[in-house]
Amino acid sequence: MYAYNDFDEAFVRERVAQFRGQVERRIDGSLTEDEFKPLRLMNGLYLQLHAYMLRVAVPYGTLNPTQMRQLAYIADRWDKGYGHFTTRQNIQYNWPKLDDVPDMLEALADVEMHALQTSGNTIRNVTADHFAGAAADEIEDPRPVAELLRQWSTDHPEFQFLPRKFKIAVSGAKHDRAVTRAHDIGVRMVHNEAGEAGYEIIVGGGLGRTPMVGKVLRAFLPREDLLAYCEAVVSVYNLLGRRDNKYKARIKITVHENGLEKMQELVEARFEDIRKGFSGFDQELLKQIETAFAPPAYVSKSSANYEAARLANPAFRSWSDTNIAAHKAPGYAIVSISIKKHGQTPGDATSHQMRVMADLAEKYGHNELRVSHEQNVILPHVHQADLPAVYAALREADLATANIGLVSDIIACPGMDYCALATARSIPIAQDIATRFDELKIEHEIGELKIKISGCINACGHHHVGHIGILGLDRAGVENYQITLGGDGTETTTIGTRAGPGFSADDIVPAIERLVTGYLDLRENADETFLQAYRRLGMEPFKAILYPAEDKANAA
Amino acid sequence: MPRAFTPKVITANALIAGDAVWFTADNRWSPSISEAEFITDEAHADLRLLEAQARQDEIAGAYLADAKDGPNGPEATHFREEFRTRGPSNYAHGKQVEL
Repeated sequence: MYAYNDFDEAFVRERVAQFRGQVERRIDGSLTEDEFKPLRLMNGLYLQLHAYMLRVAVPYGTLNPTQMRQLAYIADRWDKGYGHFTTRQNIQYNWPKLDDVPDMLEALADVEMHALQTSGNTIRNVTADHFAGAAADEIEDPRPVAELLRQWSTDHPEFQFLPRKFKIAVSGAKHDRAVTRAHDIGVRMVHNEAGEAGYEIIVGGGLGRTPMVGKVLRAFLPREDLLAYCEAVVSVYNLLGRRDNKYKARIKITVHENGLEKMQELVEARFEDIRKGFSGFDQELLKQIETAFAPPAYVSKSSANYEAARLANPAFRSWSDTNIAAHKAPGYAIVSISIKKHGQTPGDATSHQMRVMADLAEKYGHNELRVSHEQNVILPHVHQADLPAVYAALREADLATANIGLVSDIIACPGMDYCALATARSIPIAQDIATRFDELKIEHEIGELKIKISGCINACGHHHVGHIGILGLDRAGVENYQITLGGDGTETTTIGTRAGPGFSADDIVPAIERLVTGYLDLRENADETFLQAYRRLGMEPFKAILYPAEDKANAA
Repeated sequence: MPRAFTPKVITANALIAGDAVWFTADNRWSPSISEAEFITDEAHADLRLLEAQARQDEIAGAYLADAKDGPNGPEATHFREEFRTRGPSNYAHGKQVEL
């Protein structure tokens, strides 16, 4: 993976020193909160309901074991012994003390990490497919490009005060695991008719209060033009984007209000100007970066013990059926470690669990770990022969839940248990749904089903693209949960449709149970997923299941 | 017609620890809402908020929150403010175990 050069090292250290001074001045009263707030946000420090929260960037979700161990150390030394993996592939600490934060940042810098641009109206952490460099369906590893974009966007002098935050995702595979169509800019690696590699550039996607599916701004962009073109997009947005209304400030609204054609015209014109300044240095840099992401030295060995373990141990077989994905290298597998044990907080890992995962990556995983936007941790390169040992170690650490892609593999934002913006809680709803379906023992029978929960309209829990989305709201001082159906965050991105009136905190879990067990009766066969059944049948039969009393009332 | 004034307490986050605190009648910041000054007069509320906000080296983000009078002092009326008196529901962390 990418290693800091002298410039990166000096830059991150300097920013830590600056922030240390700013914290000192805040504590001694020289800075008011109004003055300090933009400074702390630039360094990823939020003030939440019960404490500060530090959001640490994990660029394109990639970590090495040393970094994972340092995250564990930080959790133990300055927090409450755990961290929360987020839907931007980052990690958050929920309990830091203000006067400890500079030391936490210093500890991050020791392992080439930081919390810069994890907040504020800047270009945020660039995300990528969490199976990058490993997936069997991959055209190219998206991480070198993501790293190039990270370097370009970090401290970019023109883009520190954008109208609103700006999120970029990169996917290098046919199957979109990076939700590129729900980003301000989505970069998808494609080939043109001549067989040349390039990018499809999608703009104006986003969730939040006005969810929009991104539109293709440029169907094929040659590789060497990426930075100049992205700079043109952000530059046009920087001028054209609205600053009068925070809720209309994202580029999705800019595209919507001005139209795709006008955006294309303006971006192409700006691009013509900007590209003259790109003399090819970025492409030399990309070549250097690419060497840092060279594939690991795969080994060749027999997988016989894997097959034997599958036959001998039903629990291992179940786990390997759900938590293993196809790898591009012969004999290898991608392991998704579920951070969603039934009843636990989605995305929360203890420091012990972080260390176990780091050890496994070191021993069996070519020193690589990934954080997925679905709040799980990935070991991207594990030989099949090592899977039984990996499983056994994960089991010891309570990390062997076999539920990837199933009903209990729920995305949930922190919600009102932590977040100052939230209008309702998300975590307890996720915990209760997972616990309930575990009791029913029908999770594997149900098959692929993505439930995503947000505790407010800002949609950090991606509810709009959940097959079942749950949005927690405050209705006259009471928590209320709205259900959306049919959302999809892949290459066929669709915004879910609201099913009807919301449910109380007590009624939401039974409603979800009714909906899911009802789907089992509606599906054509066991291979038809919830989403496929919804697409075939439409809203009505699901609505009838969700609101049975209303049905009777209509019939009467 | 302007909406009738409902009783308030002044709350904020402590500067260093970041936890929820409430402004008392004797100008302290208490970790417990029950010690907060219960404010029933709008003009007094505005004045006290100014005084609270001036204490920049102790807190961040002071605001008026709805409250009601309970047997042991002021209580939160909205669930968000109630959570702030307790801590998160997924772990025994925060005030529910610290106070």
